[in-house]
Amino acid sequence: MSHQELLQTRFPAAGLVFSDFRDNHRVQVPKERLVEVLTCLKTEGGFDMLVDITAVDYLEYEDADDRFGVVYVLLNTSTGERTIVKTFVNDPDPTLPSMYPLWKSADWTEREVYDMFGIKFEGHPDLRRILMPDEFTTFPLRKDYPLKGRGERHNFPVITRSES
Amino acid sequence: MAVKDIPDNVFMTTLDAAANWSRANSLWPMPFATACCGIELMATASSRFDLSRFGAEVMRFSPRQCDLMIVAGRVVMKMLPVLQRIWLQMPEPKWCISMGACACTGGVFDTYAVVQGVDRFIPVDMYVPGCPPRPEQLIAGIIALQDKVIKTGTFNGREFAKRTVAMGPPPFDADELIRIREGNEQLPVLN
Repeated sequence: MSHQELLQTRFPAAGLVFSDFRDNHRVQVPKERLVEVLTCLKTEGGFDMLVDITAVDYLEYEDADDRFGVVYVLLNTSTGERTIVKTFVNDPDPTLPSMYPLWKSADWTEREVYDMFGIKFEGHPDLRRILMPDEFTTFPLRKDYPLKGRGERHNFPVITRSES
Repeated sequence: MAVKDIPDNVFMTTLDAAANWSRANSLWPMPFATACCGIELMATASSRFDLSRFGAEVMRFSPRQCDLMIVAGRVVMKMLPVLQRIWLQMPEPKWCISMGACACTGGVFDTYAVVQGVDRFIPVDMYVPGCPPRPEQLIAGIIALQDKVIKTGTFNGREFAKRTVAMGPPPFDADELIRIREGNEQLPVLN
């Protein structure tokens, strides 16, 4: 049984949207059902590896209903089967449940999504910035953040020749 | 002893000039290599291009043992405090070469995280353009730095702060190339 049939039998009225493109099998999940769907995929579908978590900012997309899309890439290491689970969150406080209890690899990937997009993961054991400095205040991959920053890159003391 | 008794193979000079000459020909580089310029820096140091011909082959990975910092590659805002700390740890007299487009200006990385030129935050003596510069270019920069060391001497920051007149080689005049191309001026003779 493919994971699509599995999800359709387990969650007949959950509002899952399936789509395929070449080798990609994708499913869109409402954020309320995310934990159930991912738990089902891990325990019954055999997806024992969380390859990546990433996010997309759909600000100013004309046909987008939601601000952020969060993408989970799963892999079944015994069959080689992959699936992509996508869910949407919105301002002003984009929050998702952490997948750390299911897959330990969610630790750093969720920290990266938090660092770049400011999406909080409830239940994460240590949700700190992972790439940007701790004193950084905003989330640089959001579309309303300017490409060249707001002057953070030059907010450092200057060492002159006389002082060195 | 009269001056006429000095044999031909003895030179009269100042102690400063002798110290500057020896210092210029034994630079100890600190390779601060963060990107592809670092690969060219390694090529410059190895046998084919052979930086030891110019007395600057002894790369030390401890700033305490160096007097020439070569910043090779882009510097991001998380790396800049490290760069400044290493620069302050180097003993005086010390010099800095900013190698490559990224270290000089940020290069193509005009983003929120990349510092747009290390000379905004530490003093830089010589800029080597290129993306990355070829080893010959870096060697030309080191030869120019040797010229600067011979002409400006080996002073420390406190002595630098007391200076009232400019020293060293004349600054680069961009219009000079245009004037030469128009044929109104000859190339300056270096001696």
